[in-house]
Amino acid sequence: MKNTISILVENKPGVLARIAAMFSARAYNIDSLAVAETMDPTVSRITCTAVGDKLEIEQIMKQLRKLIDVIRVINFTTANGDFITREMALIKVNAQAKNRVEIMRTSDIFRAKIVDVSHESLTVEVTGDENKMNAILELLKPFGILEIARTGQVAISRGSKRLIDRQQVPIKKPGRAKKPQQNKH
Amino acid sequence: MFKQDLDPSALTDCRKTILSSEKRLSHRSSIVREAEMKKLTGAQIVWESLVREGVKFIFGFPGGAVINLYDELMNYPQIKHILVRHEQGAIHAADGYARSTGKTGVCLVTSGPGATNVVTGVTTAFMDSIPIVILTGQVATNQIGNDAFQEADIIGITRTCSKHNYLVKNTTDLAGTIREAFQIASTGRPGPVLVDLPKDVITGESPFNYPAKVQLRGYTTVTNGHPGQVKLAIREILKAKRPVIYAGGGIINSGGHKELAELAEIARIPVTLTLLGLGGFPANHPLFLGMLGMHGTYAANMAITNCDLLIAIGSRFDDRVTGKVEAFAPSARIIHIDIDPSSISKNLTVDVPIVGDAKNVLSRMIERLKEHGDFWKATRGPWLKEVGRFAEEHPVHYELSDDVIKPQFVIEQIHQLTKGQAIIATEVGQNQMWTAQFYQFTQPRTLLSSGGLGTMGYGLPAAIGAQLAFPDRIVFDIAGEGSFQMNVQELATAVQYQLPVKVAILNNQSLGMVRQWQELFFDKRYSETSLASQPDFAKLAEAYGAAGLRADHPEEVVPCLEKALSIQGPVVIDFHVDPEEKVFPMVPAGHGIDQMILAKPRKRIRKVVPLTFPS
Repeated sequence: MKNTISILVENKPGVLARIAAMFSARAYNIDSLAVAETMDPTVSRITCTAVGDKLEIEQIMKQLRKLIDVIRVINFTTANGDFITREMALIKVNAQAKNRVEIMRTSDIFRAKIVDVSHESLTVEVTGDENKMNAILELLKPFGILEIARTGQVAISRGSKRLIDRQQVPIKKPGRAKKPQQNKH
Repeated sequence: MFKQDLDPSALTDCRKTILSSEKRLSHRSSIVREAEMKKLTGAQIVWESLVREGVKFIFGFPGGAVINLYDELMNYPQIKHILVRHEQGAIHAADGYARSTGKTGVCLVTSGPGATNVVTGVTTAFMDSIPIVILTGQVATNQIGNDAFQEADIIGITRTCSKHNYLVKNTTDLAGTIREAFQIASTGRPGPVLVDLPKDVITGESPFNYPAKVQLRGYTTVTNGHPGQVKLAIREILKAKRPVIYAGGGIINSGGHKELAELAEIARIPVTLTLLGLGGFPANHPLFLGMLGMHGTYAANMAITNCDLLIAIGSRFDDRVTGKVEAFAPSARIIHIDIDPSSISKNLTVDVPIVGDAKNVLSRMIERLKEHGDFWKATRGPWLKEVGRFAEEHPVHYELSDDVIKPQFVIEQIHQLTKGQAIIATEVGQNQMWTAQFYQFTQPRTLLSSGGLGTMGYGLPAAIGAQLAFPDRIVFDIAGEGSFQMNVQELATAVQYQLPVKVAILNNQSLGMVRQWQELFFDKRYSETSLASQPDFAKLAEAYGAAGLRADHPEEVVPCLEKALSIQGPVVIDFHVDPEEKVFPMVPAGHGIDQMILAKPRKRIRKVVPLTFPS
């Protein structure tokens, strides 16, 4: 299964290499990767998607946490709560005069923008989740895609919770409040 | 009286003296502060930092990139530098020092080849969780990436084989980085931390301020087990009819050997240890089963296979321990206590994980178990009897000979002559496994052996490191002639510092362990495992300035060892042993650990594991 993992790391040189090295040394696969600074310039946020079974993904999470420069890790796919993912792509489409209108109409449907135009091509900028990206690519394919530049996935949780905050406490179900007291003995 | 106390003049007097003493104090601290704020060179900062970390020994080898550090070292007589003959020797010696003392070992090497030569040692320490701080020289920051002379990207090279590593880019960051390195190396699951020091960082200047503790937001270690999980573990122990404890290096690292013994005794649970755990539970204890795994005892492996509860403590289910994972403790519930969360459920899923320091968690478990009194009485009898029977059926043994020296006999004699009090380093291979089987370790930190990585050439430098830490103890390196030659140059180090390390070579003129595999699994096709062409080791030792002895006959073994022990300096004893001798039991690769190849029972055998269980 594909897992979307967000990692907060120290914004230091070599940190990305450290994470990539961990993945390759332990033979895990990264499908996509996106890195950028956060509001706090000392912290960077890495979003990666990785495929693996439950045990493998659990190991990836543990190995990530073990890295000294990793501050916080969350696997959105397995964590409680909803999340949003987005990717962005620049798609250079073969655009002869007869196809131009059709391409632009398709782009409109996906709320994509035409960002460059030439006699033979149109370049479309599109953002969305993985499904949307695949859908527009599928529809543009018949015209002939000349080139594509696609980013890795970025992800964020819905609601006001932030990743930088301390471990999110799971919402207590009513009637379970007694349990911690029993643990005292 | 009261009046006098309240007398203003008396008060002022009193205040005056307090003030003046305060002034003196603050004056003194200001001198210290001044000294600390005075600009120091990077080289001075490195040594000042090491002094503050309490470093007494540093193992190293100089070179161009670290020449300023070596120059400054002459002003720090409180730090003794041990000049090795190869950088690999430096890091293994620091490793041996760390393993035998529990303190952080330190080594210093130059850039490029100096740095790449320590990589094997870094990985060795990483696999076995040994705290070492490695200082490597580096070309100046403006030359990094230019393929400069003796430049190597050691940070890139060691990224996945060290706990952490640093490239220091400014002299101002130096002190803080060294503090962080020591903190990371020695806490949590210990490990090697490498600090790369470019030449301009060492020659640059900065005010010196050594932080007492550094806060790392990405580095937290859980040392106390979760109380809920401990409770679950106790429930499992109370329920279990056939429990076994399987403990590893974590017992040694946490210093929890006493707690382990107490837990085993109050719950009457037999104990087996991994190679790195040996010494963590006394080998002469009636509840001890011996080592487990590929060359483990029949009793230990059968106990694991038949148990209904496995309590893993500070061990990581290494493949040399588990054999075929599916056949490892197949019917058991598993409790796993480990300080490293990533060790838990890595190789096999466990039922009760407890993340925490073994010593802390065990003492909590003991507290809880004591409330239940002699709960074990009702159920434990049959299990202990069964395990006792395993031990009696196939004890670890070998056949004595009057004509040829048996390697196991040599190890037994070393044990007897040193009364089991020696520190034993081993190389890797048959010598290592025989030592684990036949030297009865009763104290922690007395076995120094490369377990995870299996580094040949580890033993001699490690013995040197341990001997420095314990000048009054007997330190042996039990070696094979193959491994010994991999770092034989360190004999010169032992001679230079007059370290009375005793090297016992079990010389079978071959790479014995590989040969054993070839004999058993490759139709006796002995491909490239003969070491018949070899130096005269006694003469070689003498050439280095050490004493050299040789024994060819069983009768010579004891006199040779006695003579070696009577010699003040380093000694190499070349025991020409039976080349046909093999390590048994043995679990063939890919098999369950109950599928052992056992040594055939013979007439003249020696029982090694005395198992008399208390009922």
